[in-house]
Amino acid sequence: MPHWLQLMLDSLPSLLWAALIFTVPLTLLSFVLGLTVGLGAALGRLFGPKPVVALVRFYVWIFRGTPLLVQLFLIFYGLPSVGILLDAFTAALIGFTLNIGAYTSEIIRAAIGSVPKGQWEAAYSIGMTWSQAMRRTILPQAGRVAVPPLSNTFISLVKDTSLAAAITVPEMFQAAQRIVATTYEPLILYVEAAILYLAMSSVLSALQTRLEGRLNRYGGFLEARS
Amino acid sequence: MIGLANIGKRFGDNLVLKGVTVAIAEGSVTALVGPSGGGKSTLLRCINLLEIPTSGTVRIGDETLEFRPGVRVPTADIRRLRLQTGMVFQNFQLFPHRTAIENVMEGLVTVLGWSSQKAHERALALLEKVGMAHKADAWPATLSGGQQQRVAIARALAPSPKVLLCDEPTSALDPELAQEVVDVLGQLASEGTTMVMATHDLRLASKIAQEAVFLDAGVIVEQGPSATLFGNPERERTKRFIATLKQEAADKEAGA
Ligand SMILES: Nc1ncnc2c1ncn2[C@@H]1O[C@H](COP(=O)(O)OP(=O)(O)OP(=O)(O)O)[C@@H](O)[C@H]1O
Ligand SMILES: [Mg+2]
Repeated sequence: MPHWLQLMLDSLPSLLWAALIFTVPLTLLSFVLGLTVGLGAALGRLFGPKPVVALVRFYVWIFRGTPLLVQLFLIFYGLPSVGILLDAFTAALIGFTLNIGAYTSEIIRAAIGSVPKGQWEAAYSIGMTWSQAMRRTILPQAGRVAVPPLSNTFISLVKDTSLAAAITVPEMFQAAQRIVATTYEPLILYVEAAILYLAMSSVLSALQTRLEGRLNRYGGFLEARS
Repeated sequence: MIGLANIGKRFGDNLVLKGVTVAIAEGSVTALVGPSGGGKSTLLRCINLLEIPTSGTVRIGDETLEFRPGVRVPTADIRRLRLQTGMVFQNFQLFPHRTAIENVMEGLVTVLGWSSQKAHERALALLEKVGMAHKADAWPATLSGGQQQRVAIARALAPSPKVLLCDEPTSALDPELAQEVVDVLGQLASEGTTMVMATHDLRLASKIAQEAVFLDAGVIVEQGPSATLFGNPERERTKRFIATLKQEAADKEAGA
C-alpha cells in the first residue's frame, strides 16, 4: 500500500470522529437556530413596528457586511475583554447562528413577499386570522420558494464550519491540522479533508435535488400561476 | 338581508366611494355594473371588509358595523362580519399547495374547527354541486380556468355564507369556460343563494341578476330591476354605458 493511502486510512477515524462530534452537530444546530432567528427577523422586518424594522436592518447589515471569521474572533477572543467568556463550541455556535440568521432572514423575507397579495385576500375571505393565513397559506408557499436558496446556505455552512478551527474548536479541519503537526504531511491530510467536505456537500446536494422534486409535486404551481 | 348605508371609501386623496347606499334582499342576485374604476370592486370588498370603509354602515343579517374616519374597528368584529360572506375572485386565487377538495375544506377545518371527516363530506358535496367532484384530488395548477373558478365557488360556499360576493367571476376566462361558470352561478341563484357580483358581462348579469346597480365614479347613478336597467335605463349616463357594453359584446361575437 502506498504511503499516502496508508496515512489517509490511518487518519480517517480521527477525522470522521471530529466530523461526527463537532462538524455535524455544529452545522445542524446553528442551521436550525439560525433559521429560527431568520424567520423571526424576517417577520419583524415585514410586519413589526418601526423600531423592530430598524433593529433587524441593523443586524442584517452588520452580519452580512463583515467576514464570518472576524465575527467568530470577536465573539471568542473579543468578548472576554468585556467579561463575557464563552467556550469555543458555544462561541462558534453563536457566531454561525447569527450569521445564518442574517442571511436566511433576507431569503425568507423575499419568499414571503413573493406570495401574491391575492392569497392573503383569499385566506382572509374564508375567515382566517392573520396568523392562520400566515401558517396555512403564506408560509407553505413561501417555503417552496425559499428551499433552493436555503439549501445553498446550508451547504455553504457545512464548509464554513471549518472556520471554527481558527477559534480552537476541534472540528474536522482542526483534526487534520493536528495530524499535520505530527506527520508533516500537509498535502495528503488537507486533500483528505477536502475530499470529506466534498463528500458531505455532494450528499447534501443530492438531498436538495430530491427535496425540490418533492416540493414540485403539486404541479409546479409557481410556473403555472404567473 | 344586507344593508350598506352611506359607504364612503378614500384611498389617500382619492375618494373612491362617495356615500353608497344599497339594500340587498335575501335570496336575490344583484349585479354591480359600471365603467372601469367606478368602484365596483371596492364596494364589493367593503362588504366583506377586505377594504375597511372610511365611513358608513355595513349590515349583514344580525351583524352591524359602523365606520367613522379615524376610528379603528376591532379585528374580531371585522372577522365576525366577514365570516358571513364568501368571495369569488377574478383570478380564482385557489391555494396552489392544496388539492381541490383541500381548498374547499380549508375554511371548515382551520376557521370553523370542523373534523376533517365532516369537512371532507361537505366539501365533496359542494364539489359535486359545481360539477368538480371528479377532480377532488387534483392540484389547482392542473385545472382549467373554468374548473378552478368552480372549485373557488365551492370554497367560498363551504362555511354557508349569507352572501356570495363575486368580483368579475368570468372575465379571466375564454367564452366556453366562462359559460360553465355562468351555469354554476345560475344554478346557485335559482336555489336562492344571495349574491352580489361585479361584472362587465351583460350576458351573465341579465341571465342571473334580478337587481342591478350602476356605479360610476363612486356614486350610484341608477339602480333597480336588471331588466329595466339593462333594457330601458332612465339616465343618459346609464344608457350610454349599456350601449357600449352591448356594442362590445356584439363586436366580440362578430370577431369570434
Ligand atoms: N388599494 C388601492 N389603493 C389605491 N387606490 C385604489 C385601491 N384600490 C382601488 N383603488 C382606486 O379606486 C378606484 C376604483 O377602483 P375599483 O377597482 O373599485 O374599480 P372597478 O369599478 O372595480 O374597476 P374595474 O371595472 O376596472 O374592475 C380606482 O380609481 C382605483 O385606482
Ligand atoms: Mg374591479
